[in-house]
Amino acid sequence: MFESLSDKFERAFKILKGQGRITEINIAETLKEVRKALLDADVNYKIAKSFTEQVKEKALGQNVLTAVSPSQLMVKIVHDELTALMGTEKTDVNLKGNPAIILIAGLQGSGKTTFSGKLANYLKTKKGKSPLLVACDIYRPAAIEQLKVLSEQIDVPVFAEEESKNPVAIAKNAVNFAKDRGYNVVIVDTAGRLAIDEEMMNEISAIKKALNPQETLFVVDSMTGQDAVNTAKAFNDRLNFEGVVLTKLDGDTRGGAALTIRSVVNKPIKFVGIGEKLDAIDVFYPERMADRILGMGDIVSLVERAQEQFNEEEAQKLQKKIAKNQFNFNDFLSQLGQIKKMGNIKDLMGMIPGMGKALRDVDIDDNAFKGIEAIIFSMTPEERENPVILNGSRRKRIAIGSGTDIQQVNRLIKQFDDTRRIMKSMSGGGGANMMKMMKNFRGN
Amino acid sequence: MAIFNIFSKEKNEKLDKGLEKTKLNVFGKIAKAIVGKSKVDADVLDNLEEILISSDVGVETTLKIIKRIEQRAAKDKYVGTEELNNILKEEISGLLEENNTESLIEFSIPENIKPYIIMVVGVNGVGKTTTIGKLAYQLKKTGKTVLLGAADTFRAAAVEQLSIWADRVNVPIVKQAMGADPASVAFDTLSSAKTKNIDVVIIDTAGRLHNKINLMNELSKIKKVMSKVIPDAPHEIILVLDGSTGQNAFEQARQFTLATEVNSLAITKLDGTAKGGVVIGISDQFKIPVKYIGIGEGIEDLQVFHKKAFVNSLFTN
Repeated sequence: MFESLSDKFERAFKILKGQGRITEINIAETLKEVRKALLDADVNYKIAKSFTEQVKEKALGQNVLTAVSPSQLMVKIVHDELTALMGTEKTDVNLKGNPAIILIAGLQGSGKTTFSGKLANYLKTKKGKSPLLVACDIYRPAAIEQLKVLSEQIDVPVFAEEESKNPVAIAKNAVNFAKDRGYNVVIVDTAGRLAIDEEMMNEISAIKKALNPQETLFVVDSMTGQDAVNTAKAFNDRLNFEGVVLTKLDGDTRGGAALTIRSVVNKPIKFVGIGEKLDAIDVFYPERMADRILGMGDIVSLVERAQEQFNEEEAQKLQKKIAKNQFNFNDFLSQLGQIKKMGNIKDLMGMIPGMGKALRDVDIDDNAFKGIEAIIFSMTPEERENPVILNGSRRKRIAIGSGTDIQQVNRLIKQFDDTRRIMKSMSGGGGANMMKMMKNFRGN
Repeated sequence: MAIFNIFSKEKNEKLDKGLEKTKLNVFGKIAKAIVGKSKVDADVLDNLEEILISSDVGVETTLKIIKRIEQRAAKDKYVGTEELNNILKEEISGLLEENNTESLIEFSIPENIKPYIIMVVGVNGVGKTTTIGKLAYQLKKTGKTVLLGAADTFRAAAVEQLSIWADRVNVPIVKQAMGADPASVAFDTLSSAKTKNIDVVIIDTAGRLHNKINLMNELSKIKKVMSKVIPDAPHEIILVLDGSTGQNAFEQARQFTLATEVNSLAITKLDGTAKGGVVIGISDQFKIPVKYIGIGEGIEDLQVFHKKAFVNSLFTN
């Protein structure tokens, strides 16, 4: 998989060690990595370029705080800029009007019909509306049937005219039908179409003109590549849509198309699709998307939380101990304590770049460290201070005392030794040590 | 241009038309990039980079192409930019050729395997069912008997969608109710093919995102159940990729290959977008041949992929 952006930054900033400022020269390598990360995430070429320029301007001359490494600061700048670009305002779907009309448009296979079903379900269950679904995809085989099946699952009626070949008329009739029957939201599902298909684009324009909807939503597959820029622009030119729906975000795409679309049409992303079930719909969080595009997990809040918990003075002491290879089980216990204070362990590990994916289907309960603690608590103070003296009979006693077995004790001691070696070989800061250590212990 | 002869003229026009947008973009951009230049310099290479990345070729493959052109420009000092098109064409063809996977000439299946079992897989919305309909049409045209298996029992109306295609193409279909076990549908389809002496079976499967472990395991299971009816089935597993997908297509190819030993690719929706790049990138990095491309919504709009013709079509005016 992708090497995480923060790892790359770390490497790029090796040259920066000991320098207090970000300058034109030492930033170049990092910016190259930013740009590549964006391109790997499918952000449009030009947008990636101008974004990188923007970051450069923001970063140049900034003082590197002593608390964070230059690479961490850089991550934060990139992250903040990206979040700002993704939009900070939260825009709800406009339901004024009786009925409120929502027109759904997009390319083939982007997930319009599934989203229509999800939206109807969302408006019905979360907003107390009585929606009507309208089947205007008269082209794709079984598209109408698909909407009908979905509507049965959520118990929302569908308006369809199976014999009709005129989507504009169907849509108009549906609105009248809704008025008569008192449905207060009309969701119009349309056929997938290519932006360059003049005839089909005329059709959707005509539907829009006939209905004058409160909302036109552009549905786009989050896996879309560089072409997102053309498609979004073409649809927006014709429809001037109110918002964007980003589907299939439960995949592992980095979703750079979101940034592209946002930059090109400057319309808010209103919903995201996160699964095949009809309740798998969510509102959009710009910050999460920014992290995702950069492929860096939520490193920012991890750094923030680590800073909250980390006592500078103790860290200094610890560094010295590590350097002298005096790191012992007491220090280990206190680090464990700090990690636990930072919050739910699975959440925490998920924030570590590269770990999120591996952990998605793994169950880690918050008691993951209990066994480790029990073993350490069963050691005498002397043993904790000086692990070298842990011989066979001591280990046996510890196993009995902690309710574990000798293999588990052996494993912990081995892992501890390994960790100690790793830590000694690393010169970096305390936060990094903790992360390495946690990775090491994830098997428990 | 000998390779061009294997295309009928009509088909060439169609591919040209389908790829028109791609061609105009790449071509127009290159023309712009080299205007007023007499040799390949950093500017030209920069522009080339933009062109390739904007076509979804991917950073890695783009750098590979650029590097080769750079090397050539360094070797033949006087390479003028008017030759850039040719060089580019050669280099991209070269990348595609390196795989050394032979292309199909026409729609055909191995004569010695009967029934020949094809399973079609891919993420949601890439056009699996449509591709199956078109492929069934093409294979039937070659005189084969075709049977479809509706093993997408999950998505609403997927079975109906395939049934409509079966009617259009006029081939039989084996189906069960929505929600049925897809492996059981596959089993039935293969059994039926055996007794009815069918030539080709095409099994549709539900779209699934490649990071859903359980769904990927389900595919492995369907595959295993098929081999109980016919020991070496499925003989071919086609992964369908959406031509407008970006770099995630690589991960899709990787994960589906891990789960099901994909041995051919179909790239769809190449009529709409400025792509084709994804084909180049994937051909470069995977040893799985691109076998079919979808270039429209009509029943005829599926073609056998020809590397050289494809590259030619991309760069000739």
